[in-house]
Amino acid sequence: MKLTLKIWRQKNADDPGRMVPYELDDVSPDMSFLEMLDVLNERLIVEGEDPVAFDHDCREGICGMCSLVIDGTPHGPQQATTTCQLHMRHFKDGDVITIEPWRAAAFPVIKDLVVDRSAFDRIIQAGGYVSAPTGSAPEAASIPVPQADAHAAFDAATCIGCGACVAACPNASAMLFTAAKITHLGLMPQGQPERYGRVTAMVAQMDAEGFGGCTNTGECTAVCPKGIPFETISRLNADLLKATRKAS
Amino acid sequence: MSTVNLFTDGEPIRDTKAPEGPVEQRWDKRRFGGKLVNPANRRKLSVIVVGTGLAGGSAAATLGELGYHVKSFCYQDSPRRAHSIAAQGGINAAKNYRNDGDSIQRLFYDTVKGGDYRSRESNVYRLAQVSVEIIDQCVAQGVPFAREYGGLLDTRSFGGVQVSRTFYARGQTGQQLLLGAYQALERQVAAGTVEMFTRHEMLELIIVDGAARGIVARDMVTGEIETHTADAVVLASGGYGNVFFLSTNAKGCNVTATWRAHRKGALFANPCYTQIHPTCIPQSGDHQSKLTLMSESLRNDGRVWVPVAKGDKRDPREIPEDERDYYLERIYPSFGNLVPRDIASRAAKNVCDEGRGVGPGGLGVYLDFADAIQRLGRKAVADKYGNLFEMYERITGEDPFEVPMRIYPAVHYTMGGLWVDYDLQSTIPGLFVIGEANFSDHGANRLGASALMQGLADGYFVLPNTISDYLAKGPFPKVGDDHEAVVEARESVTGRIERLLSIDGDRTPDSFHRELGALMWEYCGMERTDEGLRKAIDRIRELREEFWTRVKVPGENEELNQALEKAGRIADFFELAELMCIDALHRTESCGGHFRAESQTPDGEALRDDEHFAYVAAWEYTGDAPVLHKENLEYENVKMVQRSYK
Ligand SMILES: Cc1cc2nc3c(=O)[nH]c(=O)nc-3n(C[C@H](O)[C@H](O)[C@H](O)COP(=O)(O)OP(=O)(O)OC[C@H]3O[C@@H](n4cnc5c(N)ncnc54)[C@H](O)[C@@H]3O)c2cc1C
Ligand code: FES
Repeated sequence: MKLTLKIWRQKNADDPGRMVPYELDDVSPDMSFLEMLDVLNERLIVEGEDPVAFDHDCREGICGMCSLVIDGTPHGPQQATTTCQLHMRHFKDGDVITIEPWRAAAFPVIKDLVVDRSAFDRIIQAGGYVSAPTGSAPEAASIPVPQADAHAAFDAATCIGCGACVAACPNASAMLFTAAKITHLGLMPQGQPERYGRVTAMVAQMDAEGFGGCTNTGECTAVCPKGIPFETISRLNADLLKATRKAS
Repeated sequence: MSTVNLFTDGEPIRDTKAPEGPVEQRWDKRRFGGKLVNPANRRKLSVIVVGTGLAGGSAAATLGELGYHVKSFCYQDSPRRAHSIAAQGGINAAKNYRNDGDSIQRLFYDTVKGGDYRSRESNVYRLAQVSVEIIDQCVAQGVPFAREYGGLLDTRSFGGVQVSRTFYARGQTGQQLLLGAYQALERQVAAGTVEMFTRHEMLELIIVDGAARGIVARDMVTGEIETHTADAVVLASGGYGNVFFLSTNAKGCNVTATWRAHRKGALFANPCYTQIHPTCIPQSGDHQSKLTLMSESLRNDGRVWVPVAKGDKRDPREIPEDERDYYLERIYPSFGNLVPRDIASRAAKNVCDEGRGVGPGGLGVYLDFADAIQRLGRKAVADKYGNLFEMYERITGEDPFEVPMRIYPAVHYTMGGLWVDYDLQSTIPGLFVIGEANFSDHGANRLGASALMQGLADGYFVLPNTISDYLAKGPFPKVGDDHEAVVEARESVTGRIERLLSIDGDRTPDSFHRELGALMWEYCGMERTDEGLRKAIDRIRELREEFWTRVKVPGENEELNQALEKAGRIADFFELAELMCIDALHRTESCGGHFRAESQTPDGEALRDDEHFAYVAAWEYTGDAPVLHKENLEYENVKMVQRSYK
């Protein structure tokens, strides 16, 4: 296949950045999207140009490192698929593909397609854990968890922290990310003691980081590569309401 | 061809930290014998932990909880992205919840035997003991393990064992365990005990008066070369499987942290022990940048086969039963599809070498779920393996519910690593090594679901206890940024970076990496020979020279520069690759993940040579021919036998 790529190039945080077109021949349908960018970068290096910087690591859809807004959609056109798992068989000869970074005030661009997502770590720091110091744990079998709860908690816990939800949201809200953790821990008996303090602190941190508010557009779940359900947000809101009532 | 002076023999080496006496009492004895640090003194002591995977993440969190001042480093943008996140299948523990005859003794025995009698008894026994505490710890953190209807923990049997002792969280066990450790780590960051340095790459170890006292790290965003000092350094930087370029490891996995420590005096043990995993998705073309593992739990229900006839190109669904060769079930009737990884991988290679492989290039075998779907129903199969099937379909465009999967072996794990004693301390005082980065527990072959166990055992339970014996000698004299050793380490890093940037040749870093990887796969992969290894060593040396004259690294240091990051890692892989080949060459026996064609039984199975090779090969760096130090392995509790899975 022959493709035209329009890629966001930005030297560093201070550079205004711009779209730059590249032509690429000989793209195989079996390549992954990132392998296609590898091919471009190999050529750029030999030609003495700066290769395109993009984040990636596991390349199997689990580490959450890869990003990219492809033709306007975070992680591209295939549902429930990270950019690294997207394959070129979903494109066709002659396509023009635009590639941009996540765009959100709380995720500043570092270079080209690489953004700073450390705000997510700080939301977890605010309360996204169970306080269980090493060694203090009771025997594992002493805490049964109903299978349905374990399933639902697991579904929420599969969030890979990639930030696509933020990139897709018109308000750049981090609600789905935060709600996934609230739901995971809130459904487990281990998460109960800190449940209401957790939701208050995490939401406060989310606001402090400059993420926007949630207006229920649902764009987040639509692009989530792990299909984190929208109900997690209702769960967060319910917990937050209870927490506020408790506090007052 | 290389013939003489590839290495020289040195003094034997010994673990002096494991107490004498019955193996089951050694860990208690060691903890009692080790010195403790008074809680009030802990915050005056600092520890650097490089790596935030299961090993490093759990260690940093636990050391922080104990009150030490911890600096934690990773090259990704968040500690949660360490490569442990990708582990799929599960984690072993001798809980015996199934009442199927499991025990600490059996887990110990299985691990020693699975490791083909090349691991240390004391360490493995401790691992089995600690395994039960790991599950307790992770459950308390809220890790959503799979559960039975009654709400109790579910287990499965995994990768070559006959008891059901593997705990799992669907096909994402590593992710869930790592998120548990990550959350514990972030809790300590919030508490102020752990300082986190993301997008930082360790490029050198700082040694002062013979002890590890810090690291040189590059801020991967600004390019700044920073020095960090501490009272002790812990390396938890993972494995070096990416020396093969194509592997199931994440793209950034590298040997730099451990290799730099090796160059500064830490012995490197058993570098040639590489695990080749039997169930990976075959390569689809030259553009391939990595290989994807399909969890080996699939072998519990999938049946492995190839056509009986060579070059049979029919649609697999049209090949009748009697024209299929379920070769694992045929050759190994008692273990069948569940034989250990080394055996399953080599068997796949053999049938492909015979011309009976399937898929592109004939490098693949079928893993067929048709029977399981019929027996258990589509839903049950989807519940167990749904996400793996989806992953397979995403990559290959084929649906395993309809067409059998194609799989082929790929490099997956490295049993070798820096040599450590029972305290997990390397030969450099104050330098501790945990997780995949050390060599200690898996011998020549690792059993499935035991790397996660080892990483968490080391990080949560072993290191935090053993490191206190060392730190109790502190606090050590402060080391300033202007200390001679610090300045020298920093300058060597900047010098190397300048050199890489100034070559300005005509070949990309990746092109060298691919070539090196192909060479290693050919000569130091599933099957090794004297002749091939010598050829490889010559070729690696030539290629390394070429790298240092022809590599092209664009841009500058003072920016995010991914080509520069790669080039630095590849430079270290070149040196490691040579040592791996020397190690493989000197070990003329076959054992575990190391199969020497010259050493096999009449029916083609690996032939170990306990008389000459029952030792750990610990290599000393000299800049020239490495020096071999042997640690003799003694088995008091397990009888050494030739493994047989027939
Ligand atoms: C696909 C796959 C599936 C697996 N499945 C299983 C399984 O089911 N069960 C099982 O038991 N095992 C499994 N394994 C093996 C297991 O996942 C690994 O051995 C284990 O997770 C390694 O953990 P670690 O903490 O030692 O290192 P890693 O998780 O690899 O972490 C390394 C850390 O070091 C950091 N780092 C590395 N170099 C540097 C540097 N120079 N400077 C700064 N930081 C650095 C990285 O940023 C990272 O944080 C699997 C492995 C793979 C590849
Ligand atoms: S690179 Fe890890 S999820 Fe895409």
